[in-house]
Amino acid sequence: MRVGVGLPTGIAGTDGQLVIEWARRADAGPFSSLGVIDRLVYGNYEPLTVLAAAAAVTQRVLLATTIVIGPLHNNALLAKVAASIDALSGGRLVLGLAVGARKEDYDAAGIDYRTRGKRLTEQLATLRSLWEEGSLSPKTARARGPELLIGGLSDQGFARVARYADGYVHGGGPPKAFARAADKARAAWCDAGRPGRPQLWAQGYFALGNDDIEEAGAHYLRDYYAFTGPFAERIAAGLLTSPQAIAQFMRGYEEAGCDELVLFPTVPDIAQLDQMADILRGLGRDFNYTTD
Amino acid sequence: MKIIILGAGPAGLYAGLLIKKASPSHDITIIERNAADVTYGWGVVFSDRTLASFQRADYRSYEQITNRFVIWDAIDVHYREATIRCGGHVIASIARKDLLNILQRRCKEVGINLVFKQEIHDLADLGSYDLLIAADGVNSIVRKIYANHFKSRVEPGKARYIWLGAQKVLDAFTFIFRENEHGLFQVHAYPSSGTTSTFIVECDEATWLNAGLDSANEEQSLAYCHQLFAKDLGGAPLLSNNSRWINFPTLKTESWHYQNIVLLGDAVHTAHFSIGSGTKLAMEDAIALATALERQPNLEDALNEYELERKPVVEIFQKAAQVSQEYFETIKRYLGLEPMQFTFQLLTRSGRISYDDLRLRDPRFGDAVDRWFGQRAGKRRTSFAPPPMFTPIELRTLTLANRIVSSPGAQETCEQDGTANDEYLTRIKNCGLSGAGLVMSGPVAVSAEGRITPNCAGMYDTRYITAWAKIVRAIHDKTTAKIAIQLNHAGRRGATQSRAEGLDRPLRQGSWPLISASALPYTPHSQVPREMSRSDREIVHNDFVRAASIAERAGVDLLQLNFAHGYLLASFLSPLTNLRCDEYGGDLEGRMRFPLEVFDAVRDVWPTNKPLSVALSVTDYARGGTGVEDAVIYARLLKKHGCDILEVKAGQTTIESEPAYGRGFLTQLSEQVRNEANIPTMVGGYLTTSNEVNTILAAGRADLCIMDIPLRNG
Repeated sequence: MRVGVGLPTGIAGTDGQLVIEWARRADAGPFSSLGVIDRLVYGNYEPLTVLAAAAAVTQRVLLATTIVIGPLHNNALLAKVAASIDALSGGRLVLGLAVGARKEDYDAAGIDYRTRGKRLTEQLATLRSLWEEGSLSPKTARARGPELLIGGLSDQGFARVARYADGYVHGGGPPKAFARAADKARAAWCDAGRPGRPQLWAQGYFALGNDDIEEAGAHYLRDYYAFTGPFAERIAAGLLTSPQAIAQFMRGYEEAGCDELVLFPTVPDIAQLDQMADILRGLGRDFNYTTD
Repeated sequence: MKIIILGAGPAGLYAGLLIKKASPSHDITIIERNAADVTYGWGVVFSDRTLASFQRADYRSYEQITNRFVIWDAIDVHYREATIRCGGHVIASIARKDLLNILQRRCKEVGINLVFKQEIHDLADLGSYDLLIAADGVNSIVRKIYANHFKSRVEPGKARYIWLGAQKVLDAFTFIFRENEHGLFQVHAYPSSGTTSTFIVECDEATWLNAGLDSANEEQSLAYCHQLFAKDLGGAPLLSNNSRWINFPTLKTESWHYQNIVLLGDAVHTAHFSIGSGTKLAMEDAIALATALERQPNLEDALNEYELERKPVVEIFQKAAQVSQEYFETIKRYLGLEPMQFTFQLLTRSGRISYDDLRLRDPRFGDAVDRWFGQRAGKRRTSFAPPPMFTPIELRTLTLANRIVSSPGAQETCEQDGTANDEYLTRIKNCGLSGAGLVMSGPVAVSAEGRITPNCAGMYDTRYITAWAKIVRAIHDKTTAKIAIQLNHAGRRGATQSRAEGLDRPLRQGSWPLISASALPYTPHSQVPREMSRSDREIVHNDFVRAASIAERAGVDLLQLNFAHGYLLASFLSPLTNLRCDEYGGDLEGRMRFPLEVFDAVRDVWPTNKPLSVALSVTDYARGGTGVEDAVIYARLLKKHGCDILEVKAGQTTIESEPAYGRGFLTQLSEQVRNEANIPTMVGGYLTTSNEVNTILAAGRADLCIMDIPLRNG
């Protein structure tokens, strides 16, 4: 299992320079990817714009959206933006797409919430072809375009993974919940007769430091996930706050067959990144630059 | 806070008790329409996990409840002339009356006001309150008054049942199955106090009507049951308590609270009695509500938290209860099973208990299952037997060493003329070396036009015989496995790019014309196929026959025809994809005509001593498509025409018809088709452990299992 780190762009109030510095340092650190998350009606950064900026200051790390709310985007434009980032980064883009969970995002974008599933299906059916044809975007690093992941927990979602994508990206939670979702993704993959296995990505949240930092992290999660009602409290309770918790979390995901685990910060402070890097090195999870 | 609780059942009493304990300043009144000592039902069961939560919630009542417990560990199944016992299941029960007495006493101790014999028709009669907790049962008056807000749905079960008691001591949870001239009756009985047992009698509607029980009064019903189960009761009297024959109502409610009113227990959800969780869920609701009220200062937040906490848990139980309920409603399907398999199927019906679980609980029962399975397969009595998955199976004159099937899947490594290359050979050989009893190829095209992708394996010219004979020899010489080839015509799913980049992506260049039952493209981006003409049918017919004779000459052991996943023959079977007006469309018989003609022709050229299989999508998972009932008819027909084993698949008829994926997602379908059409089945559906396979085999849900694990020698 590879381990990546999230950019702090999902936290409202994060300074732009911090994001750039974060990307630069992560590229030098033991991480294999930089992740970004998406929502519209919130004080976060637009994820694809962030990855374009990150592409400019990184050489090595994968640049992953875990996820972008696909149906909010026009298909042709999304194909072009993604191909551009892929070309700018030398083929490091991993495009995770999902329908998202908030109606207000759709309302703000002027897109009918009820058609979100259908829109995502159409989008998935066209993206790869648009990249392969190459008539409306720069040439992607590989002819097939960037790696495509799909998020979400609906039955339809797993069928989409097997039909259109390269893998599945899990929304978060304990390893057991991931294991169940991973089974569904693999079952769909096997039924579709796709060769090999689906790529399985997952994510978690961390806050490292004293009680104040932990509380700030939990506070962010409660705020970010307020739309889930009392589950926000549970998500906040799952915050990883010690090397021990991180080690166990990683082990659980690894045993469940996760290919790439992206750990997201909850406090916009570069010290968080440095501490996470130290923890990974301490656990012998120094990302190997050459042989992966 | 002034709290009124309607209903003094376990849910209402326990909620009152826990809320009052947490905040003694609350003013709590519980109103019950019956008298304090009137109760319905005999005994309620709890598992050890539920007890642990009682222990944390209120130790005193926990102690008193456990003091009153009858605890036992065996389940007895009386079926035909046999009684089979399986031990190691720790179950505890208490008479409902005792439970209520304990809770009533505890409520009084903590200062709750209990009012009995007061019927409420209008909520205005309650006066003012800050919170109303409606624990007034499945016919909740509160839920009905605010029906528009709670939005509940009651679905009556298909079976009739009556809740009785028996003056008989039982030492096990007891299932009794008895058939008479009216039909089949089953009993769910378990100890409820030191001297009496709960005795629930259940049957389907037709049996109930045949027996004239619709017009029987309480006394007559009792007499009927007493006579039917005379042998089992040994003369012990049956007891009734206002008992009536009813259909179990499954209640689901969209919203569990409205303003300052909240629903609890049976008032908001029910789950079929056969999983024995009604009282448990009700009391757990009470714990969750009390906890939420303690944690959240704001009432609305607390009620939200309670609902969000409990709803998913209850849904899981309702799902398991539904599986169990459907099992008992369709129990006739299993009457062909021998007692041991019948028992194993019954114990593992809801999917929560597996072969390994039963072995752990009762090793001797596990051995007995293995022995039975081995004897039946080997047709001789032995004292020792391997687990079901390592038991041989015979199909015509072919003997497979075990029940595991290994497949390299849809291989796309062949040359463009369909010739298998070295990589193909290596992968198929590795499947044989895995230890599986049967190696099953992925789809092999019967013609160049029938390929899915340009690099699909093919079997469409006698010059392929040598290459396939080499593959067959590699399996036969180097492994103990036998080899099966699946013959396929891709139909409207043909001429696509490699599956590495996704499914059903049409070829950009080098495509070829497609054919199908009707001129409907598979995806909006797919080529529109040609509706098959008479000559197309003749060509395809001959292609299958030719491929079968090549397979025979190459030494293939088992042949399978692909009637699944929306490929050519499948396109005839589904009304979604077959819009033909000629004799090859229309009703089920018409839609089956062409696939069956192909089957018959292949059966004719395929040696009679060799088995022939069909892979079938047993449901389209789509409105207007075929369902399992149709598949059962197809399966019976195929069996009659000489099909030896059916591979159960599902969906992919259209791009919208996809199953709810998960571990073993095809097992239930296989079980239904196997037992209703009485045909051996093989099933995959992402099975990765021996436990899953042994459970499926021992329960008679399939005869061969396709395992999907990374091969060690790959």
